[in-house]
Amino acid sequence: MRIELEKRANPSTLYSIVSPFLALALTVVAGGIMFALLGKDPGAALYSFFIEPLLDVWSLHEIAIKAAPLILIGAGLSVCYRSNNWNIGAEGQFIAGAIAGSIVPVVFHEWHSSLVLPLMLIFGMIGGALYAAIPAFLKAHMNTNEILTSLMLVYIAQLFLDWLVRGPWRSPDAYNFPVTRDFAPEAILPELISSGRANLGFALAIVAAVGLWIMMRYTLKGFEITVLGQSERAGRFAGFSSKRMIWFSMLLSGGLAGLAGIAEVSGTIGKLQPVISPGYGFTAIIVAFLGRLNPLGIIAAGLFLALTYVGGEAVQLTLSVSDKVTRVFQGLLLFFVLSCDTLIQYKIRLVFARLGQSNEGGAH
Amino acid sequence: MGIVEAILLTVITAATPLVLASIGELVTERSGVLNLGVEGMMVMGAAIAFAATQITGSPYIGILAGIAGGALFSLLFGFLTLTLVANQVATGLALTILGLGISGQIGEPYVGMSGTKLQPIVIPLLSDIPFLGPLLFKQDIIFYVSIALVIGVNWFLFKSRAGLKIRAIGDNHGSAHALGIHVIRTRYLAVMFGGACAGLAGAQLSLVYTPQWVENMSAGRGWIALALVVFASWRPWRVLAGGYLFGAVSISQLHAQAFGIGIPSQFLSALPYIATVVVLILISHNRRMTQINTPACLGKPFVPDR
Repeated sequence: MRIELEKRANPSTLYSIVSPFLALALTVVAGGIMFALLGKDPGAALYSFFIEPLLDVWSLHEIAIKAAPLILIGAGLSVCYRSNNWNIGAEGQFIAGAIAGSIVPVVFHEWHSSLVLPLMLIFGMIGGALYAAIPAFLKAHMNTNEILTSLMLVYIAQLFLDWLVRGPWRSPDAYNFPVTRDFAPEAILPELISSGRANLGFALAIVAAVGLWIMMRYTLKGFEITVLGQSERAGRFAGFSSKRMIWFSMLLSGGLAGLAGIAEVSGTIGKLQPVISPGYGFTAIIVAFLGRLNPLGIIAAGLFLALTYVGGEAVQLTLSVSDKVTRVFQGLLLFFVLSCDTLIQYKIRLVFARLGQSNEGGAH
Repeated sequence: MGIVEAILLTVITAATPLVLASIGELVTERSGVLNLGVEGMMVMGAAIAFAATQITGSPYIGILAGIAGGALFSLLFGFLTLTLVANQVATGLALTILGLGISGQIGEPYVGMSGTKLQPIVIPLLSDIPFLGPLLFKQDIIFYVSIALVIGVNWFLFKSRAGLKIRAIGDNHGSAHALGIHVIRTRYLAVMFGGACAGLAGAQLSLVYTPQWVENMSAGRGWIALALVVFASWRPWRVLAGGYLFGAVSISQLHAQAFGIGIPSQFLSALPYIATVVVLILISHNRRMTQINTPACLGKPFVPDR
């Protein structure tokens, strides 16, 4: 048996809507099998992974907290990926934003003003954008592959943060723990509603995603991004510059990742520490693809992947399964998303051929 | 043993996994497939090799398990990108994310356990050569295999018929297909070779480099291996040279820390990553050079028309 693909005349609208849901369904099935292999009751495990977190207010807030960075980063990455720029270093830009945004509350901790928070957010964005400017410059002007450079910069940012919180920025009253001083109250992102911890970061994420959706759909810039992504040559004939697009998409995604970084530090953690992200920058890549590179789809996808973080913590507590299942779930999900997307462009046929008959290769 | 020999020995140990993973990815890329999942395949190999060694007590079975694990895991990538023509960049990332997750699960029971270090094989007579003998001929089997692979791949790609076919597919899959070469089948094999080599590189990490299991223990080496292929402009001998250069860089930070040079350890740890970026810049800013050497169909999907 083998699988044959036949190109559709037009991309299937039906499958472009169905494919993410198909992928989700397949992930849940595969997850059930995985839990069964680990010797747990799959029904109960899937229930406490996917359903239980939706049933109480505390975990709904946790989902909003984790969805905020995923949506912010994922929406920015969608613009990158649509324009064929492969920024996979959002994790590093997230950290760079967190560090730059923390300059005000850590270094100038004696300055109290209502300007602190807005300045932090702006610095965070600038920090993330500047960090993304390195691979952007290298790709646009030195012809260097942005995938590898942006990824290498993640490791460098992690080590730099580690040095900062153990060295010059370590709090004088933290008993040698590697943390900065706690942010002052005016440096903390306010909570969204009074029922729980979810903060303004979530609102920022929704605003950014909707804004990008409007840009992609209704503006010339959105059109330019799509054209250059599909064919650089066609874009050039239309007078679009692919170099400028590298800069635009990288700075935009870096800025949003940086904003996500400072929002996370200010709203959720309240100080800098050696590790500030459970891999949001990488998970956001999955969010971008699950959301079909559409900012509105990314809101939904971000909420779902936030659920996998919260669900992973839940099964860890109730079933004593390792928290690694979250990573496995996320990886599986991306695989299924990518395979289901084939259905949009191609019809898939199973061909049952006799043994020994050669089917592939031309000129038969 | 003198200090110079001791340092060179650590360089060899640090370079071997890079050489192995790069030489595998080189063959994959020569066939026109860009597999960014090296990091994931490597860490899978490390976890499987360690687990198999703990279960059976034999590091050699561990090595074989690591190779098989890497190759099987790469099939997942092959199925998506070759059969379902999914985007190669995204699928490679998915492989890395999944590999980090699954390896964490496999390795969980073994965290903190001390492993069985692979013993060196002493080659008689040759190992008695002063200086070079202990360096090159008192090594573990994975080192010998890594050198043999570089020689073998170089011969295979440029002297054998099958190697010529692989290069033809990588440079123009349409014409290769028209000539009756099995594009998809050959690419599957090339992808699996890359997976097997990455798995072996992982086994080296958990059986030789640091004989224990640590989560995410590949620590970016898979990505560095990818950069090395570019650095080597898809030539096997240059992979060997580049691997040893990077091995030296990554080991120099350990020695610098040991000698207590007053630079923060984090900056020294960042050296291999910074070096990778610098090397990529130096190699790629000469646009013509890179265009001549890059397999022309690298990363492009292929659907046989019928």
